[in-house]
Amino acid sequence: MSIGVSSTEDLFKSIPKHLKFNKALRLPAPLTEDLLLRELADIAAKNTSQNTYPSFMGAGCYRHEIPKAVSYLISKGEWVTPYTPYQPEISQGTLQAMFEYQSMICMLTSMDVANASHYDGATALAEAAMMAFSITKRKKLVVSSGLHPEYREVLKTITAPKEMEILELPYTSGDGRTNITLLNEAVDETSSALIVQSPNFFGAIEEVDRCAEVAHSKGALLIVTITEPIALGILEPPGRLGADIVVGEGMSFGSPTNFGGPCLGIFAAREKFLRQMPGRICGMTKDMDGKRGFVLTISTREQHIRREKATSNICSNETLLATRAAMYLSLIGKEGLREIAIRNYSNAEYLKERLSKIKGIRIPFSAPTFNEFVIETELDGDELLNRMLKHKVFGGVALGRWYKEMKKAILVASTECHTKRELDEYVRIVSKCIEG
Amino acid sequence: MNENKKTPEFKASEEGLIFEISKEGRRGYCIAPSELDRDPSATIPKRYLRQEPLPLPQTSEPDVVRHFTRLASLNYSKDGGFYPLGSCTMKYNPKAYEYIASYANFEDTHPYQPEETCQGNLEILYEMEQFLAEISGMDAVSLAPAAGAHGELTGMLIIRAYHLSKGNLRTKVLIPDTAHGTNPASTAICGYKVVEIKSDKNGMINPNDVERLVDEETAAIMITNPNTLGIFEAHIDEIADIIHKKGGLVYMDGANLNAIMGISRPGDFGVDVMHFNLHKTFATPHGGGGPGSGPVGVKKELEPFLPIPRIAKESEGFRFIYDRPLSIGRVKTFYGNFSVILRAYAYIREMGGEGLRLASEMAVLNSNYIRSKLKNHYHQSYTTDTLHECVFSDKYQQQYGVKTLDIAKRLMDYGLHPPTIYFPLIVHGAIMIEPTETESKDACDEFINAMISIAKECEAAPEIVKGAPYTTPRRRLDEAGAVREPRLKW
Repeated sequence: MSIGVSSTEDLFKSIPKHLKFNKALRLPAPLTEDLLLRELADIAAKNTSQNTYPSFMGAGCYRHEIPKAVSYLISKGEWVTPYTPYQPEISQGTLQAMFEYQSMICMLTSMDVANASHYDGATALAEAAMMAFSITKRKKLVVSSGLHPEYREVLKTITAPKEMEILELPYTSGDGRTNITLLNEAVDETSSALIVQSPNFFGAIEEVDRCAEVAHSKGALLIVTITEPIALGILEPPGRLGADIVVGEGMSFGSPTNFGGPCLGIFAAREKFLRQMPGRICGMTKDMDGKRGFVLTISTREQHIRREKATSNICSNETLLATRAAMYLSLIGKEGLREIAIRNYSNAEYLKERLSKIKGIRIPFSAPTFNEFVIETELDGDELLNRMLKHKVFGGVALGRWYKEMKKAILVASTECHTKRELDEYVRIVSKCIEG
Repeated sequence: MNENKKTPEFKASEEGLIFEISKEGRRGYCIAPSELDRDPSATIPKRYLRQEPLPLPQTSEPDVVRHFTRLASLNYSKDGGFYPLGSCTMKYNPKAYEYIASYANFEDTHPYQPEETCQGNLEILYEMEQFLAEISGMDAVSLAPAAGAHGELTGMLIIRAYHLSKGNLRTKVLIPDTAHGTNPASTAICGYKVVEIKSDKNGMINPNDVERLVDEETAAIMITNPNTLGIFEAHIDEIADIIHKKGGLVYMDGANLNAIMGISRPGDFGVDVMHFNLHKTFATPHGGGGPGSGPVGVKKELEPFLPIPRIAKESEGFRFIYDRPLSIGRVKTFYGNFSVILRAYAYIREMGGEGLRLASEMAVLNSNYIRSKLKNHYHQSYTTDTLHECVFSDKYQQQYGVKTLDIAKRLMDYGLHPPTIYFPLIVHGAIMIEPTETESKDACDEFINAMISIAKECEAAPEIVKGAPYTTPRRRLDEAGAVREPRLKW
């Protein structure tokens, strides 16, 4: 052979003999493509999907209509199979899509700069907290308990080495929002950031402007998290309510729920914090011939240049999902997002109203909500959901696993996917299930 | 729209921004009308309702389809051609897995649906953990991390938690000078000081250097094997012993696992913690920079520290386990990048153990073929045998005033994606080539011929190379200008 080796064994002679694995890997026997498709179809058949049973589950992962043009476009190999656009001359498609995505995130949140995305909302939040720490050099984080419990867990895990003090604030019972009075005491001159989610985990729309006042009066940053960005179709954007950093989950913009992954971590900030931002950022520039073009930029913040001094260790983003978001938002457009947001709100309001009139169902929180709300019955939350499942409906998400005091509560989400008939059917099934 | 569009190619490369295409009143999607719609001000205070209309684009479905189709045509992709990015393992992504991932019973499942309704998903996750453990020789695997760097961070947090449980966090981590930039960055986030180990003249870590640098404050060594020069760290077991004797742990960056599947296992050569890159080794597409998936594997002693949730197989079926007091906690919402894991699972099922081994053999063969054909044309800093990738430099071409960047850009005019450049940092002007096993001899030859032809151009007409590329949708871009005056949104 032309490369000077006589056998495949020779190719690996640089691996010392005693470090070689001389057995066969114990893995299932190989399959042809056809057998593979059948095998995986059999495994898939062990699941029941939201395509089969109507789903009222949300809690940070929402099922929305996905225009078929998004699914069609995003399946093209030119989107799916490139690497990170480090060679901009032959990556203008990915780069321009990133630029459009960043622009749309800035529009939606009313923030100055957005990056090209993070792994998910929770890791984006953890990065935001570390960014607040590096800006303020303060070690305390004040976190609303209305923040998604898994976001709080990720925040705790990833900031652990920084030994930050994380103070969790209780929500106001009866209201479901962050307690502003307690907030005033909790946020002090040692706080780097106040973290709130709006709509929060219970679906309640927080008083973000009042949170901003409290945070800013002590020199802390306000980080606003959003797990259901469809809400931005009708809600005042966090940037106009005083947010310094906005993070969130963008799966709702054209991505399937996919058992919770991959996700799309949204990250946006005020311009003055640009150099402290983590993650990839795409910028507009010109080529040698003066034509407009796009490049990854401000990369002196990043690990491949700064190594241990980087603002973050992140070296990828979720380009494919960001591109999906750009496609989705282009298709539904200005009017569409507002209409979809109104439908989400209206469906949830209708359902909430009807449920509130049923004996045995209580709506524990009075704060205004968007597309998700809490109900309480006499049954354990999981038991209620199990009973509803027998009627072929995914009734919501039980709250007891995260909030001890809410064993009998479930979180119910409604989106534009639901028809009035499905909502009425939901009411009928819940009523039946709580009767026993 | 732009008046200057003359030919289809030109048109595509002049595609406007979606905001420029937008026309008042157009739309590309409608939801069904409903009698339930109401005014949100009924319950939401006015100050929390959007005061100004959203400036999102207004475009029809054909507008949007054409826009993103034209943009797509500006991208080089693995589907479109050879993509020899060293350490990135750009292998071809079989299409059956895309089809599988789109099954409604996978795609349309929710992370919080009851466990009895997602046993198929749990089975995939459980078995995938077993497969990765078998391939790597590790004892337990978590699929939670969303990317390689996320896996590194998770792994370092595990190492930190382990030392904390022994009563001393320790202060430093040894990292070779060939390491990926994420290694020191992940280490720094975990609060450890980075101590660099210089590679020896063979491009390897010398055990004597490790012996000299290690002490009781060393939490771990973070090593990539084969390393980013494509060289197998032949003393890895000895190095692991030295670290272990001082109570430290061995972390392996699994970026280059594609070289050794079924041939050598990290768990057998002393590694305690490692991450996998499913988007490299296990054929899931890179998506233009994500989503990836970066599972973490550990030895038995470290299993209690793995992130939550874990998955258990019980007589009634699979279930998630959250009660893990020593766990570092949760590193991501839900359970990792499920649909990426699903594609990688399909890859392993299609390949089987022998297939994976053959993939590694072919990857190493292709790389060595390219290395042997280019060695007379491009300088090599190390003559040590390499596995799946090889590193050259611009040393011969510098005399003509040509740099690695120029060579990379010139390759684009030959219709090829450049290799990884200027990495690893220890090779000045590095050109790092990883063809992967999915390339035919013809494809390798096309690349080889282009590289040789460019080497000749460097001698005969260096100005041509220095001005490249000429035939791409854009020529060289003003990156300095982009930093000077950031324009980061429309």
